[in-house]
Amino acid sequence: MGRDLPVIKVDTVTELEHAVVEGVDISGHWNRMFSDRSTTDFPTEAMDWVTGLAGGESMRDCYQCGKCVPVCPVQHVGDYGPRKLNAKILRGNNLIDDPDLWLCTTCGNCYRVCPKEVNPLKIMPAIREQAVLEGKVPDELSDAFRNLQKSGNPMGESPRKRIDWIAEAGVDVPIISQLDRAVDVLWYVSDYTSYHPRGKDAARAMARVMTALGVDFAILGPEERSDGDSARLAGESGLFELLAEQNIKAFEKYEFKRLVVMDPHAYNAFKNHYPRLGWQGEVLHYTQFLAPLVDRLTFRSSVDLDVTYHDPCYLGRNNGEYDAPRKLLQAIPGIRLAEMPHTKANGYCCGGGGGGMWLDGFVAEHVSERLSERRVREAVATVGMDGSGVLSVACPYEPSRFEDAVKSTGNDGKLAVRDIIELIDQAMQPPAT
Amino acid sequence: MDYVVLLKQVPDLAEDLEIDSAGTGLDREWMSFVASEWDEYALEEALHLRDATGGTVTCLALGVQAGDVDELLATCLARGADRVVRVGSFEQSPDSHSAAGAFAAALDGIPHDLILTGVQAIDDLDGQVGPLLATRRDLPHVSVVTHIAVAADGKTATAHQEYAGGVVGEFELDLPAVLGVQTSREAPRYAPVSRVRQLMKTATIEKADGGGGGSGSGLTIEAMAVPESGATAEMITGNPVAIADRIAAILAERGIGAGAPR
Repeated sequence: MGRDLPVIKVDTVTELEHAVVEGVDISGHWNRMFSDRSTTDFPTEAMDWVTGLAGGESMRDCYQCGKCVPVCPVQHVGDYGPRKLNAKILRGNNLIDDPDLWLCTTCGNCYRVCPKEVNPLKIMPAIREQAVLEGKVPDELSDAFRNLQKSGNPMGESPRKRIDWIAEAGVDVPIISQLDRAVDVLWYVSDYTSYHPRGKDAARAMARVMTALGVDFAILGPEERSDGDSARLAGESGLFELLAEQNIKAFEKYEFKRLVVMDPHAYNAFKNHYPRLGWQGEVLHYTQFLAPLVDRLTFRSSVDLDVTYHDPCYLGRNNGEYDAPRKLLQAIPGIRLAEMPHTKANGYCCGGGGGGMWLDGFVAEHVSERLSERRVREAVATVGMDGSGVLSVACPYEPSRFEDAVKSTGNDGKLAVRDIIELIDQAMQPPAT
Repeated sequence: MDYVVLLKQVPDLAEDLEIDSAGTGLDREWMSFVASEWDEYALEEALHLRDATGGTVTCLALGVQAGDVDELLATCLARGADRVVRVGSFEQSPDSHSAAGAFAAALDGIPHDLILTGVQAIDDLDGQVGPLLATRRDLPHVSVVTHIAVAADGKTATAHQEYAGGVVGEFELDLPAVLGVQTSREAPRYAPVSRVRQLMKTATIEKADGGGGGSGSGLTIEAMAVPESGATAEMITGNPVAIADRIAAILAERGIGAGAPR
């Protein structure tokens, strides 16, 4: 240590306990500065351990200001909160056996407002990785990990069934391995868009819209694997690397100018994390790809709907894209766009990120309501309950989460959930007669 | 107590299996491999037993070129095995007789009190490897085991064998012995890919000679085909009496059974 700091030696205080000067009592008061404070009663091992992990370093910087408290979506529905994580670690709990470890959705809203840049997007995966290595993974999550490892998608479906949605697309969807030539756009369809019934609707809509625009595109088909980003954030970095290696191998086999993705988590992975694993290229979320082409979209019908838009955490807050989805929505004839109170950088998380998609039952035991349910109530309050209101989304995690939440909050029939691409596709069709 | 677990990989049924162009095997182009489900139960059970009694778990897998045996063995280490050994070298997954022969030869150099393997595999529904190995090494054997306990003196083990209708038989075996495991007390634990990948780089996978493997089963696959659905099946419906009458009539028609007309 190079500098001499002033030291207050509590046990050798020589001040007078009572001092009266010229008849005036100027005695001080014993206060907490001179007594043991709760955090000094605990050993520092837990904090040392967390901040010793690659990614865990910033946890020590927290000075308990509490700015994270009102913006954490999970704190709204339960006892969890980012500041409480710091307090727990200060008190010797390294979170490995604490359910709180799995409640963070890595939405990033606390990091956005943190004056000390304490970053749970790095801290939580770092601690979770240690829990994963010790085999302390909630069962639901380990099932998803197992499926991702075995089949390259969280549902455990056959890789070959990744293209089953094509049959009903109504347009030709070329598979790049069968083309034997370079393409402009390699369209990364992603897991839920390929396999989930509601995701497939978005995939078919996207195929039709790109075809109408004359885009030179192809998909990887059965060679496509999950982008792995949610597994990474849930602590399985090895699984992320395995999936990334498989995708990169496929990317490198073919020639294409840019990668267009449906899933913001894939966007985040390809843009921000695949480069360190050896792949770099232009990546666009589909809303970013389509927004500049909006004048070329030929709309044939008006949809006449009150629409609000849910910013996906990994497109909006964590990657800064708020305008492209809104530009597309505003171009659709008949749409009246209304913003929810939690919007753009302060968008409210759906609960699906950071592994939350595969922890639904586990999380439900620790919260008063699902984040998706809270978000749906906000949407209903924004676009009304007369049935013409739409919660529009741009992430394939959302339709199933929000449609379930519409039902579980008793709003069945009052609010529709539609991917933006579905709304575009609908308006490009001739009016229903 | 030294526990030995025998494992193998089998084709992943998440993919639809297809017959190869020769018509005698499976098309490998789209085939991916996974650990055989029952072998995973055997490993899980061995890990629990070791944790209770102390000792070691050694995992053995045949060195088959298809699939990835080293990854299978690294996964065993990730789950908690102490030692892993790749046995022999085979171009393709050998038949049960050759597999049992190779394992039997490898066991010469590996301490073993209790040998556990899956009771069956999707490509060995008869569950022959356990009994064949026990025969070759002259050890007691029980199949379809659903519960295992090792005596405090480490000289005997108790095994429960499952029968139809919820009946369970309890056997006591002198050790060493071979058990064909039907299920484990807990679902096989998750092996983190992070750990498996670490181990793939750092772990020692020992090698053992599988001997000649013996002469095999002597069987040759002449043709393999997907069963064709015929049009001759008749679904018999109605009340039990009507169903019985119809069955009796069919048997009589075909001249089967005592009541058949001469």
